[in-house]
Amino acid sequence: MQVNDNKEFQPLIVAFCCNWCSYAGADLSGTNRLNYPTNVKIIRVPCSCRVNPMFILRAFQKGADGVILCGCHPGDCHYTSGNYFTRRRMTLLFSMLDFLGIERDRTRVEWVSAAEGAKFAATMNEFTEAVKKLGPNRRLEDLRCRKQ
Amino acid sequence: MQRIGVFVCHCGTNIAATVDVKTVAETLGKEPGVVISQDYQYMCSESGQNLVKDAIKEHNLTGIVICSCSPRMHENTFRKAAAAAGLNPYLVEIANIREQCSWIHKEIATATEKAVILGRAAIAKVHLNAPLTAGESPVVKKALVIGGGIAGIQTALDIAEAGFDVDIVEKNPTIGGKMAQIDKTFPTLDCAACILTPKMVEASQNERITIRSFSEVTDVKGFVGNFTVKIKKKARYVDETKCTGCGLCTEKCPMKKVPNEFNMGLDNRSAVYIPFAQAVPKVATIDPNYCMMLKTGKCGVCSKVCSVGAINYKQQDEIIEEKYGAIIVATGFNPISLDKYDEFAYGQSPDVVTSLELERLMNAAGPNGGTLLRPSDKTHPHTIVFVQCVGSRCDDSKGKPYCSKICCMYTAKHAMLIREKYPDTEVYVFYIDVRTPGKNFDEFYRRAVEQYNVHYIKGMVGKVTPKSDGKIDVQASDLLANEQLHINADMVVLAAAIEPDKTARPLATMLTTQMDTNDFFTEAHPKLRPVESATAGIFLSGACQGPKDIPETVAQASAAAAKAIGLLCKNSITCNPCVAHSNELMCNGCSSCEKVCPYGAITYIDKEFRMPDRTTKVRRVASVNPAVCQGCGACTVACPSGAMDLNGFSNSQIMAEVDAICK
Repeated sequence: MQVNDNKEFQPLIVAFCCNWCSYAGADLSGTNRLNYPTNVKIIRVPCSCRVNPMFILRAFQKGADGVILCGCHPGDCHYTSGNYFTRRRMTLLFSMLDFLGIERDRTRVEWVSAAEGAKFAATMNEFTEAVKKLGPNRRLEDLRCRKQ
Repeated sequence: MQRIGVFVCHCGTNIAATVDVKTVAETLGKEPGVVISQDYQYMCSESGQNLVKDAIKEHNLTGIVICSCSPRMHENTFRKAAAAAGLNPYLVEIANIREQCSWIHKEIATATEKAVILGRAAIAKVHLNAPLTAGESPVVKKALVIGGGIAGIQTALDIAEAGFDVDIVEKNPTIGGKMAQIDKTFPTLDCAACILTPKMVEASQNERITIRSFSEVTDVKGFVGNFTVKIKKKARYVDETKCTGCGLCTEKCPMKKVPNEFNMGLDNRSAVYIPFAQAVPKVATIDPNYCMMLKTGKCGVCSKVCSVGAINYKQQDEIIEEKYGAIIVATGFNPISLDKYDEFAYGQSPDVVTSLELERLMNAAGPNGGTLLRPSDKTHPHTIVFVQCVGSRCDDSKGKPYCSKICCMYTAKHAMLIREKYPDTEVYVFYIDVRTPGKNFDEFYRRAVEQYNVHYIKGMVGKVTPKSDGKIDVQASDLLANEQLHINADMVVLAAAIEPDKTARPLATMLTTQMDTNDFFTEAHPKLRPVESATAGIFLSGACQGPKDIPETVAQASAAAAKAIGLLCKNSITCNPCVAHSNELMCNGCSSCEKVCPYGAITYIDKEFRMPDRTTKVRRVASVNPAVCQGCGACTVACPSGAMDLNGFSNSQIMAEVDAICK
């Protein structure tokens, strides 16, 4: 999404949030009117372990500039162990992205509980800034997918 | 062709103030498949819902998208509205444009653009939604209570009262738990046994309650309404149906040097024993670690004196399998081990005791018959020092970070009882803070200070040293007077922190419930669902969930019972239809999904497939039990062949959302 095409670069950020903790945390930051940039678009998933690495690669392919994955804190998963799978899978995926030369700061896993609205907003602000600094995602973007 | 309706809510000005709802409705109306796009002031109001219902009927919609508040708020409202209009409730998607858009953004232009994108993602998803039907699963009208302390007893009594069968599984030979060991209770100072033992008897006489004492849960399978539990009935070498509890065997048993757990090891019992006089069930148990007959095969005195022939040296552990609809955990607590606290000389001097040991020393049924005597030389102590927070509120690895909650009150009780009975005894209490929130609690503590002249000193005890003359030197600091003190004490009582029972952690694994880092069970919601675990059908009662005094434990026990009764009253429960399912044609039976499933919902079946050449072939394929699956989706990612997918959050649906957002 390039709102101000001629001005500052506006990254597109996809956030996957688990239904029980992080999505509720995101709602809480809304309830508390804590601002974070419009760049962030949230997709609700039942658990962070529902996020297939394919989804993240797909987002990059389609032109996302950053992808963040949020789940319950380790030990607090609604499904007991889902976020542990997430942690392992993402470690693997991120090291692969590293290998491909994708900047580490374009992806992130963050644990946000349903009570941490402030943390959610702060994380999104910080992550958006970090991706802004990196500039547009060129390496993984599939130019055939780009909107004409 | 899909016929989708889009409904954009103003939410008064909550959304409309920052998002141009008219533009959103207009833009989304042009999306492929959308046949109607409307905005309305309050979509969740009755007239708003009617708007949706009418549109579904009028335009024969195949899916609807509501752009409104969080789905956590009103998803159910709109699902019900859709169902009322004849549309499958799972063909509804919510675009969260309030909590995740209008409330966090200020600029109308960008917020509107984001709202459109969120709406587009929801439209893309709803295109792929499939109608789902929630299944039903029957409820076994019987509850299991794990733990037979006051929490378990109260829960069982309440459930039985409502007319349901209950089993209590207790690992010790008798129910009663910690409360049976306590002498008096704060803040009323009534005797614990006098209020507990009638309840124990009530439980044993209630025909709906089965007490499975000396038994442990070894395996739990199944799900809410339909648990299958394996219970190990440990061999007590006494036939429970024959034993009358006369106690003759315990008198005649020649092996009398066994530390008595009930009296905290302060005296001895025989190898065949009944834990205490009011034990329920009042049946003898043989301790195989000490019984001469079981160890060496020589003795057999108890079987000779038993007039009913209840002794059976050949008894074996037995595994019982039972079905339950609800499980209530009431595993309780224990004082922590003080091995790591050398500075308090526990273990070096018999006169340094824990509060629970003092409780036994003062109890009329205790080792001294209720007279407070020093364990070392059986003399009357004249100076007693109480040390608070031993292991509680510790930030080091030795103790527990939390407040054990009950210690301030029971220490005030002990101090008061000692001063009442032995006015010549000086009592000192060293504390960090005195915490007495509770009905009549602070008044009780103040009575100890003002009426009974107990010396409360703010400060911690640094070192306890047993001296050669039998006295104990207590070195402490008085923080308020800012001075170092040495007290020449006769006895030291340590208020040891309490921790969950050691059996709780393996039990939590069996039940797939959550625990915090201190091994206390985690409630489903700390404020609004305090007696349910996050796993459906598992309820929490008493101190297994956090430190509690008796009134709180009983209150929580009854609350847990009420929740369990609510479940047991139902004939069947509706299952979440957003569960995983496996495409058998793609599944290669690799077991990857089974390994990641936290609920054991996936099993493998051998299934016959017709091959193109008209032969049949048997293949091993995954099969998901929809009643057990909770829909986390761990298996969908683990599946290497892409056979596993999740209803409501399918691979294609999430991909479509990603595409719509990135378009």
